[in-house]
Amino acid sequence: MARLARVPWGLLVLIAAFFVPAAGSRFYTFLANDIAIWALFATSLNLLVGVTGLVSFGHAAYFGIGAYTTGLLMKKLAVPFVLAFPAAGLLAGAIALVFGFFCVRLTRIYFAMLTLAFAQIVWAICFKWNEVTGGEQGMPEIPYPSFDWISGLPLVGGWRTAEYFYFLTLVLVALCLWLLRRIVGSPFGRMLTTIRENAERAEFIGVNVRRYELAAFVLAGAFAGLAGGLFGIFNRGVFPDFAYWTKSSEVLIMTLLGGMGTFYGPAIGALVLILLNQQIVAYTEYWPFVLGTILVVLLFVFPGGLAGAAQAAARRVWRPRRA
Amino acid sequence: MPDPSFVFAQSVSGLTAAMFLFLIASGLSLIFGVLRVLNFAHGTFYMLGAYSAYQFVQWIGVSGGMFWVAALGAAGVIALLGGVVERLLFRHLYGKEELYQLLFTYALVLILSDAARMIWGTQQKSVSRPPELTGAFSLFGATIPHYNLFILLLGPAIALSVWFVLQRTRVGRFIRAAALDRETLGALGVNVDALYTWVFVIASFLGGLGGALISPMRATTPGMDTEIIVEAFVVVVIGGLGSFWGTFLGALIYGQVLSFGILFFPRFSIFAVFALMAGVLIVRPWGLLGRPLK
Repeated sequence: MARLARVPWGLLVLIAAFFVPAAGSRFYTFLANDIAIWALFATSLNLLVGVTGLVSFGHAAYFGIGAYTTGLLMKKLAVPFVLAFPAAGLLAGAIALVFGFFCVRLTRIYFAMLTLAFAQIVWAICFKWNEVTGGEQGMPEIPYPSFDWISGLPLVGGWRTAEYFYFLTLVLVALCLWLLRRIVGSPFGRMLTTIRENAERAEFIGVNVRRYELAAFVLAGAFAGLAGGLFGIFNRGVFPDFAYWTKSSEVLIMTLLGGMGTFYGPAIGALVLILLNQQIVAYTEYWPFVLGTILVVLLFVFPGGLAGAAQAAARRVWRPRRA
Repeated sequence: MPDPSFVFAQSVSGLTAAMFLFLIASGLSLIFGVLRVLNFAHGTFYMLGAYSAYQFVQWIGVSGGMFWVAALGAAGVIALLGGVVERLLFRHLYGKEELYQLLFTYALVLILSDAARMIWGTQQKSVSRPPELTGAFSLFGATIPHYNLFILLLGPAIALSVWFVLQRTRVGRFIRAAALDRETLGALGVNVDALYTWVFVIASFLGGLGGALISPMRATTPGMDTEIIVEAFVVVVIGGLGSFWGTFLGALIYGQVLSFGILFFPRFSIFAVFALMAGVLIVRPWGLLGRPLK
């Protein structure tokens, strides 16, 4: 068990992911790209839900803000990707700072309701502000970043634009996940877990709980914004329902499916859910029905998610021998 | 300044919308007040109420008072469904983390709304108005259909009767006691499990009735559940989660803000409603007429 844990799984998955375009078809590259982006989105949410214990029902707002930011900058103002991508994280983080300032003052169900209200405000603006966001019709034809400079290089040339974008997504998502992992493992991250376990005690030992929660909210919003920025380009368009409340629950389902108690759980949830969706829609158009059923089973049988169930199974198989 | 008869018509239409919202939101508020669960599936019960009413009307028609049979039948079916869901599934989640409860109700949304799509497809369904109420009359230069007048009278009537049940009957006293302290009530020999089921049944009945009664006014379509539930959340949050008259007030405010918002800022009326919700949560999280939770 301990030996298995020492294997750098994250790095191995990343390396394997780089071979998807070479080994598989264009379709698998598309799927892998989708998974990578949603993995980042779900992991960013887990910083709030799993690590800090704040249940946000409006995380799609920041995903949507990021998608619109990158999309608008690249399509309408022709800003290059190197600037438009971080801008998504910055703006989403800035808006998360404003919204979060009010949200962290509330507890439990009221926190969830306020995040939902703010997300619906974002959605309403995207839906109605036709001149800027394209309103209900959304904003199609977001350009890809330019890959001209790279395709001229030896060894790495010869791929299609969508495949270059996939490689770019992998690098950026891996970077973001690495950063998130550092954050969760840092003293700051430990303090967030302390707050989750017992906010009152954390306060007694002199921690400014609200400030820590706000910091987590901003970070989660910023990383969701980065995921959104990538998704708008990947999806070749940005639409108001990116910020609708059903998107927030989708990403919560991924997080729960993978397991909130572990760092990579949400990413695994994204992987499983997207692959499952792709398999099931081949047989039936009633994917929501299947998803709902999976969710009910999950809630009643495996509340720890897939990662939690796997850990429990592993503990049963490799029982650590204490000296 | 727009012409007064138009303003009047606008406020009447806001009031009609408010009565529907009240019907739906009161069930949501009741479930939250007693069971302490935010039920996302309540909007889906409303949608299923509309579809069931359509189905009953297909079988028995609307004339000769049959519309009322269909509407009550639909609400009854939804009440039964609510009771079954509570008994078989929901009750295992009491006392679990909020996230699990919220996601369970969301799973119900997915399952039930997809089931509705399997049964009734994606085409819009419409129900004709009951022949007794097809006319309209005019008041201060505004035309008001009789059906809307009926809704305007029904809303307060239902509010008063639910209030009467809660305040003046034995069951109502138990329900209020369960909202305050479930364990003590159980220790005093009241069957709290059965009481919870009844609360769920009543709430589902109100939601189903709302859907059945709106079916002659708006086409029934898939997706109306996710729309209405957010509106109902706004209403209960403004009025105060778990507060009965707060829900009534919240519905009135919502209806007026929406219909006058459309008049003055056509583009941002939905925005105004959510901004109002956020504002209330920031200033007074327990809502205008609610009490802070312990």
